[in-house]
Amino acid sequence: MHEETKGSKAVKWILIGISFVFIFLMLILPLITVITEALKQGWEVYSQAVADEYTIKAILLTIEATVCAVAVNTVFGLFAAWVLTKFHFKGKKLLSTLIDLPVTVSPIIAGLIFVLTFGRQSPLYPVLQDLDIQIVFAVPGIILATIFVTFPFISRELIPVLEAQGTDEEEAAALMGAKGFTIFRKITFPHIKWAFLYGIVLCAARAMGEFGAVSVLSGHLRGKTNTLPLHVEILFNEFKYVPAFAVSSILVMMAVLILIIRSVVEYIGKRESDDVR
Amino acid sequence: MKKANKRVIPGFGLSMGVTLSILSVIVLIPLASLVVFTANMDFSEIISTITRKRVLASFEVSFITALAASLINAVMGVILAWVLVRYDFPLKRLLDGMIELPFALPTAVAGIALTSLTADTGLIGGFFAEFGIKIAYTRIGIIIALVFIGIPFVVRAVQPVLEKLDPSYEEAAGVLGASRIKIFWKVIFPEIRPAVFTGFGLAFGRCLGEYGSVVFIAGNQPFETEITPLIIMSELQEYDYASATAIALVMLLVSFLILFLVNLIQIRNTKILKGGN
Amino acid sequence: MKTNFLKITLAAAIALTTLTGLTGCGSEEKDDKVTLTNVSYDPTRELYESYNAIFAEHWKEKTGQDVEITQSHGGSGKQALEVANGLEADVVTLALEYDVNAVRDAGLIEDGWVSEFENDSAPYTSTIVFLVRKGNPKNIQDWDDLVKEGVGVITPNPKTSGGARWNYLAAWAYAEQLYNGDEAQVKDFIQKLYQNVLVLDSGARGATTTFVENGQGDVLLAWENEAFLSIQDYPDDYEIITPSISILAQPSVAIVDEVVDERGTRDAATEYLQYLYSDEAQRIAGDNYYRPSNEAILQEYADVFDLDLNLVTIQDFGGWDEAQEKHFADGGVFDEIYEE
Repeated sequence: MHEETKGSKAVKWILIGISFVFIFLMLILPLITVITEALKQGWEVYSQAVADEYTIKAILLTIEATVCAVAVNTVFGLFAAWVLTKFHFKGKKLLSTLIDLPVTVSPIIAGLIFVLTFGRQSPLYPVLQDLDIQIVFAVPGIILATIFVTFPFISRELIPVLEAQGTDEEEAAALMGAKGFTIFRKITFPHIKWAFLYGIVLCAARAMGEFGAVSVLSGHLRGKTNTLPLHVEILFNEFKYVPAFAVSSILVMMAVLILIIRSVVEYIGKRESDDVR
Repeated sequence: MKKANKRVIPGFGLSMGVTLSILSVIVLIPLASLVVFTANMDFSEIISTITRKRVLASFEVSFITALAASLINAVMGVILAWVLVRYDFPLKRLLDGMIELPFALPTAVAGIALTSLTADTGLIGGFFAEFGIKIAYTRIGIIIALVFIGIPFVVRAVQPVLEKLDPSYEEAAGVLGASRIKIFWKVIFPEIRPAVFTGFGLAFGRCLGEYGSVVFIAGNQPFETEITPLIIMSELQEYDYASATAIALVMLLVSFLILFLVNLIQIRNTKILKGGN
Repeated sequence: MKTNFLKITLAAAIALTTLTGLTGCGSEEKDDKVTLTNVSYDPTRELYESYNAIFAEHWKEKTGQDVEITQSHGGSGKQALEVANGLEADVVTLALEYDVNAVRDAGLIEDGWVSEFENDSAPYTSTIVFLVRKGNPKNIQDWDDLVKEGVGVITPNPKTSGGARWNYLAAWAYAEQLYNGDEAQVKDFIQKLYQNVLVLDSGARGATTTFVENGQGDVLLAWENEAFLSIQDYPDDYEIITPSISILAQPSVAIVDEVVDERGTRDAATEYLQYLYSDEAQRIAGDNYYRPSNEAILQEYADVFDLDLNLVTIQDFGGWDEAQEKHFADGGVFDEIYEE
């Protein structure tokens, strides 16, 4: 590749050094803090906190919300990416801006808008009440908020890949008489497989950790509407610092696990696309 | 563009239908209810709400800290992306894998961990306290929390562009005797600039709205370290929905604007990505 | 035309099934036991944990029915707001009357709830004291020590925290007495006090964490029961200082009429709040460092609480609506002292 002079070698290691110091201070040190605080009073206290009835319920709810969010966003992401990359139409830019909007909306506002839409002040409330559907301060509200904050995660991963791929192959297939779904399955999907998986992983990671929006919508009902991040907050507010960090460490481990899966997915994906070339 | 395009690949109506329906339920209707709610207020009322001294001060705090954090992230993001793309070194995969951690780690956990690290009883805070620098409970603390939140945006925006960038230009410039700094500014930076702006814009939008991690570390002093999302929260606690929604609407417009600009820049970005193929 | 229609139907169907899929996610089982939801504020966690256990026993004995109580804790104002917005609470047990009134104003609680239970529907009371570091290095004895230069005060934001409003009003009461009601001087005193505040957390628990865990400040203005809890956890690190004057904080309890009528839980909810006045429950309150409203039982705790403390009440401020309007509303005194 490119020649390495002494000077560029020095620059290389300085830059690598800066990167490691930065990542260590900003990311790894907080993680170590969480783990050491969690184990401060030994394994006994740790395992007690983790195996607590409310912790288990919070884990289950978090998983439920994550699965639902990933499912909805998967369906949405595939269709939205397809629409935005394979067709030309008016208002395309507006549509893609609207899809991205949830990333930059403050989580507090995200929670607030759902309270305004489905809460007791809303004109929809009596209708929902008649149908016996509770949305805010119940599980559906938590799920809605989770979907909202992770909304563009899958489509954002798919769009660049689909765009780079162009529309020629699909057009050819369509001209030969293939049906929409067949085209998608046989031609489009193999291209986006890895980006798609990557999007799912990211979406799941973000869904698990959402705090602000869910906190506005949850009502903090113990054992009913407490997700893991909310449970951490509650323990923290109960002055149970060690258990709070213990529960946080579950989240840390889930996050790390997801990131490992992500790396593996990316690695396999890259190798496969290199093979094709 | 080409009208025929629409006809050739099937599935436009279906995909568009699904995309718009889900988008409406999750994003459009809830956001609309915010707008409707504010529409009940007089225009002068809205103006007097959002120009209250404390609110203006919070805009300033949010804006300055988010700007500082996104600038740090822009610089560090380019360095990290560069290191990850151009160099081989031990633990590279680990470094790469860590980048998404802020997405996966709940903001509340991050806030608590960062606060305990940077308070003057903590590891980092204690070190700086000897020089009379306070980190937690000052604007520096807020910036640190926001840097944490924003890390992935710039790195992940710049990385793919750098990967596609052909090193032969730099080599040519190097052979012609250009200095390394000159090569970076004249050859590389123009290519990655749109990606840096995209990442910067997204990080900035996200930082403006961040709540979970900041409330723990900020100290929340009015006029000093009180961020706008916290003002919204406190308006809600005073049952002042009108004020809360008015301020929320301002923030929403800002995020929409940022995103729209980002999407405009991204079009250039996509062209580069395609060209690199 | 026909295919268009089909397409739209199909699109709508896919979108709908995806979205309704989620409502299916959250299913609930039903038992013949009665369930109650108690929406409360931050510092009552330990109290209601113990109380719920004895109430469950009591209810079982009385009716033969099992009762399960779901707790929700948070900042008092936020909790009230969530109930007003549709959080299904059978009873609210909040930090102050004003917050319960907010739920009433939303139409969920009937007028006159204050007289529904004894002692203004406040089964236990508390007050505001100072928590200082062991040995009291800054020699803080009373409110006027808090405005001295170099004293770092920790108290939550009165705009977001119910407890913090009591703190603020207690300081006001002291200054009013000191300056014989000269309002300009009183405001000046309060302003100086808040200039000494290092961290203005959004809730009482956050403030305690800042003071205790993160080591900020010299004095924490705290609920009496919170201060006792910190002493209990760290007996060697902190001391409680009782000021010469403080405020009688009356946390209010109320039945949420609309919810209990819809769920058919009025009997259980009424008994739940009524039983708070029983001797057992009053002792639980005392054990958790709340002042029992029952005089005889309060005397049993005479060695714990400073019973000679001079306490003003919210009535001295003309009631909550007036106090809120004057001090904490937008543009009120609290905003003023920060804007100058």
